[in-house]
Amino acid sequence: MEKWHLMTIVVLIGLTVRWTVSLNSYSGAGKPPMFGDYEAQRHWQEITFNLPIKQWYFNSSDNNLQYWGLDYPPLTAYHSLLCAYVAKFINPDWIALHTSRGYESQAHKLFMRTTVLIADLLIYIPAVVLYCCCLKEISTKKKVANALCILLYPGLILIDYGHFHLGFALWGVLGVSCDWDLLGSLAFCLAINYKQMELYHSLPFFCFLLGKCFKKGLKGKGFVLLIKLACTVVASFILCWLPFCTEREQTLQVLRRLFPVDRGLFEDKVANIWCSFSIFLKIKEILPHHFQIIISFCFTFLSLLPACVKLTLQPSSKGFRFTLVSCALSFFLFSFQVHEKSILLVSLPVCLVLSEIPFMSTWFLLVSTFSMLPLLLKDELLMPLVVTTIAFFIACATSFSIFEKTSEEELQLKSFSLSVRKYLPCFTFLSRIIQYLFLISVITMVLLTLITVTLDPPQKLPDLFSVLVCFVSCLHFLFFLVYFNIIIMWDSKSGRNQKKIN
Amino acid sequence: MAALGIAMGGGNWFSALALGVTLLKCLLIPTYHSTDFEVHRNWLAITHSLPVSQWYYEATSEWTLDYPPFFAWFEYALSHVAKYFDQEMLNVRNLNYSSSRTLLFQRFSVIFTDALFVYAVHECCKCIDGKKAGKELTEKPKFILSVLLLWNFGLLIVDHIHFQYNGFLFGLMLLSIARLFQKRHMEGAFLFAVLLHFKHIYLYVAPAYGVYLLRSYCFTANKPDGSIRWNSFSFVRVISLGLIVFLVSALSLGPFLALNQLPQVLSRLFPFKRGLCHAYWAPNFWALYNALDKVLSIIGLELKLLDPNKIPKASMTSGLVQQFQHTVLPSVTPLATLICTLIAILPSVFCLWFKPQGPRGFLRCLILCALSSFLFGWHVHEKAILLAVLPMSLLSVGKAGDASIFLILTTTGHYSLFPLLFTAPELPTKILLMLLFTTYSISSLKTLFSVPSFKKIKEKKDGRDLVLLLPVSLPKQGGRARTSRELPGRCTAFPA
Repeated sequence: MEKWHLMTIVVLIGLTVRWTVSLNSYSGAGKPPMFGDYEAQRHWQEITFNLPIKQWYFNSSDNNLQYWGLDYPPLTAYHSLLCAYVAKFINPDWIALHTSRGYESQAHKLFMRTTVLIADLLIYIPAVVLYCCCLKEISTKKKVANALCILLYPGLILIDYGHFHLGFALWGVLGVSCDWDLLGSLAFCLAINYKQMELYHSLPFFCFLLGKCFKKGLKGKGFVLLIKLACTVVASFILCWLPFCTEREQTLQVLRRLFPVDRGLFEDKVANIWCSFSIFLKIKEILPHHFQIIISFCFTFLSLLPACVKLTLQPSSKGFRFTLVSCALSFFLFSFQVHEKSILLVSLPVCLVLSEIPFMSTWFLLVSTFSMLPLLLKDELLMPLVVTTIAFFIACATSFSIFEKTSEEELQLKSFSLSVRKYLPCFTFLSRIIQYLFLISVITMVLLTLITVTLDPPQKLPDLFSVLVCFVSCLHFLFFLVYFNIIIMWDSKSGRNQKKIN
Repeated sequence: MAALGIAMGGGNWFSALALGVTLLKCLLIPTYHSTDFEVHRNWLAITHSLPVSQWYYEATSEWTLDYPPFFAWFEYALSHVAKYFDQEMLNVRNLNYSSSRTLLFQRFSVIFTDALFVYAVHECCKCIDGKKAGKELTEKPKFILSVLLLWNFGLLIVDHIHFQYNGFLFGLMLLSIARLFQKRHMEGAFLFAVLLHFKHIYLYVAPAYGVYLLRSYCFTANKPDGSIRWNSFSFVRVISLGLIVFLVSALSLGPFLALNQLPQVLSRLFPFKRGLCHAYWAPNFWALYNALDKVLSIIGLELKLLDPNKIPKASMTSGLVQQFQHTVLPSVTPLATLICTLIAILPSVFCLWFKPQGPRGFLRCLILCALSSFLFGWHVHEKAILLAVLPMSLLSVGKAGDASIFLILTTTGHYSLFPLLFTAPELPTKILLMLLFTTYSISSLKTLFSVPSFKKIKEKKDGRDLVLLLPVSLPKQGGRARTSRELPGRCTAFPA
C-alpha cells in the first residue's frame, strides 16, 4: 500500500481515538465552585472577549484572578479570543461576563472538544506526520508505525486541552533538524509564547543553534546566522507581546502571573524530587523561601549542564533530541512549581527518539502515563486510560519488536559498557538487569493502579496512594535521567559524524 | 523476555487486529445508544423474572419479545450474569432503566459475544487462497479479509453504538459458510439452522442454503458436463439434513408447541401489520416506489387530475409505523413483495441448481438472495444491508471484479447507515470511522489487484443484479426525511 494511504489511515485512527476519548467526562465536570481546567479554558474565553487587553492580566472587579486568572503568555489569550468569537457566533451565553461561570452543557462540551480536535489536526498531527516522513534510514512501514505509536501515546490523548505548544515545539524541532533554522526558531518562539513551560526546551535549542553557529565559524557565516536568529527571536517576542510592551507595569504584571515565585517549591503531588524528598524531610517548611528557589535553580542547572555543553561543542541532530529529553527531565525533576502535566514536555522528545531506542522509550512513555494516574482518576478517565495504554503498548510492541531489542547495542549503551568494562571486566549483565527492572516496574505499576482503583486509603494517610505513585514514578524518572545522560555523554564518534537527521 | 518477544512480534497479527478492534469497541462504550438498548434490557428482565409460558405474552413494555426462542434463552443466560452488575435492570417494571452499570454490562456483553465473530473470521481466513499474493503481510488476502471483517464499519456502529447483538449472529453465519467451504456440510447446515432460530431475518438467505445443500451435497456426483446425475441421489444425506433441521427446530419451538403458544410466537415473529416501509426507509425499491407515488400525486393535484378529498391523510414520512395506501400507484401487499423477491432470486437460484460452481457459487447466490430480499422485502430495515456486505467481503479478496462490486456495495451500504446515528457527538465518530474503513478497503484492494478504476464491473448475470443497488440507493440519500428525536416502531416484519 502506498505510504500516503497508510499515513491517512494512521491519522484517522489517531483522530478517532482522540474524539472517542473526549466523549468522556472532562476535568472538573459538575464540581462547583471551582470546577477544573475545562472551566478555566471557558473562563479565559469570557475574559478575553469581554474585557480590553489592558485588563486581561490584572485583578479587578470584572476579572477575579483567584478564579482561574490568566497565567499563560499572550498567545494563549489570543487563541482564547479566537475561540470566543466562534462561541459568540454559536451561543453568546457561553461567554457572557460573570453569568457564564460554571456553564455546563452538552453543546458547550461539543464546542470545546471540537476546538481541541481542530487545533490538534492543524498543528500537532501534521508535525508528527512530517517528522516521521523525514526520518532517514528506516523503511516506509516503520515510519508509518512510528507515527501510529506517537499518535497513540496515552498522555496526550487523555489530557484534555489542546496541545498547541507541543505542536509548535515539534515544528521547531523539525525546522532546526532540517536546517531551516529561522523557521524552526520562529516556531519555537511561538511555542514559548503559548505556554511558558516550553522554556524547559529552550536550553537545548539555544545550545544547538549556538553550536551550529560556532561550527560555521564565528568570523563568517556563523556570525550572520547568529544575528539572523537573534533578530527572529526578538521580532517574534515583540510581535506577541506588542499590546503589553507599552507600559512597564503591564509587562511586569504578565511576568508575575507567568512565574509565580511566591507559590513555593511544589503544589499537590507531583513525581518530582522535592515532593518525594518531602516524604522524608519537609523541605518546604524547613528552608526559607528564597533559599528553596536558589537550591532548585542550582540542582536543575547542574544536572543539565553536561549535556548542554556537549551539544554546544558537538552539535548533531541526534544529540539535540536526546538533550531535549534530558533537559526537560532535569527541569521536571528539580524545578519549582512543576505540575504533573509537565511530564508531557518530556514525553514529546521521547516520542521523537522512539525509533532509535524503542524499548526504553516505550518504557518511559508508559511510566509517564502512570505518573498522571491520580489526576486521571480524578477526572474519571480510568477506562480510556486502560484502553489507550494497552493499545499504545501493543502498537509499540508489534511495530518495533521491542522485546527483541534489549541488547547493549540496541540500548545505545555499548560504548558505556565498554568503558566500564575497562575497570570492571565482569560488567556484562547490563541488558539482563534492564530487562528484569522493566518486568518489576510493569508489575509495580499494574499493582499500584489496581490498589488505587479498588481499595480505599487508610484514614490517617488519605494521600497514601497518590504519594506512592509519585514516589515510584520519581524513582523511574531518576533512572531515566541517568540513562539519557549516559547516552549523550558516551555518544561515540561515529554517531557524531552522521548526517543531519538521524 | 524472548518468548514474550516472539509472542508479540511473530505471526500473531490476527490477535493484534482482534485486540485492537476490541479496544476501539471499549472506547465506544459512552456513545449514544438507541431504543434497542432498552429493548434488550427489557428482554433480560422478561426472561429472568417471568416463567417461559409468559415470555411471548408479556407486554408491559412496548418492546415485546419478537425474536425466536434461542435468542430468548440467550438473554436468559445473560441475565444470570447481569444480576451481579445491577439487579434493578431485571425488573420488568423498570422501563428505560439505564444506570451506568447496566450500560457497562450490556456493552460488555456485546463485546464479549463478538468472540464468536472473531473465531468465525479466523475460520474464513483459512478458506482464502493466498498463493498469488505479495510477500508483505499487509498485502496478503488473509490480512485484508480480516481487517475488512473485524473492523467492518457497519457492524461497529450498529452493534457498538446503536446497540445490537449482530456480531455473534454474523459469526454463526460466517462460520457456517466457512464450514461449507471446508466441505463440512452437516456442520454448516446445523449452524445455519441454529442461526435461524436466533434471528429469523436470516430466512432471507435460506433459499441459497437449501438449493446448494440439495444440489451439491445430496447429489454426490455430477455428469462430466457438470449437469445433474439423478442416480447419485443420497437418501441418507437428505434424511440426515432433514433430521438436523427438525431436531434444532424441535429444541427451539418444542416447548412452545407443548404450551400451545405456537400461533402467538409466530404472530410475534412475523408482525405483518407493521407497514411496507420502516420508520426510517431502507434504501430499497419500495422507497423509490413511494417517492414516485408521492411525485405523481403532487403532479396529479397540480394538474387537477386527482380529487384532493380522496387522498389518504396518513403521510409516509411522518415517522410512524403504520399501514398506508398509495394514492396513484397500486398499493403493495406483503404477497406482492414476496412475489417480487422470489422473481429477483430466481436467476441466481437457477444458476446454483443447473450450474453449480461449488462453495463460491453458493456464496454468490447467498449474497444475491440477501440483496434481493433487501430490495423487495416487506418492512426492511437499513441494517439488513449488512447481510449482503459481510459475505461479499469473502469474495472481494478473490477476484478484481468482485472487489469493485464490493467497494460500491460497501461504501453505499455503510453510507446508508448514517441516519442511524443522528446525535451531534456521534457525527465526527461516524465520519472518521467511515473514512477509515473506506480508505483502507479501497487502497488495500487496489493494491491487491492493481485495478486502475472501479468501473470495471463484470458482465456476469450475477453482477448485473448487483448494479441495481446503485441507482436505488443514490437518490435515496437526497430525499430522506430525518427527525431529531428517536422514532417508535423499531421492529420490522423480519425484525432487524
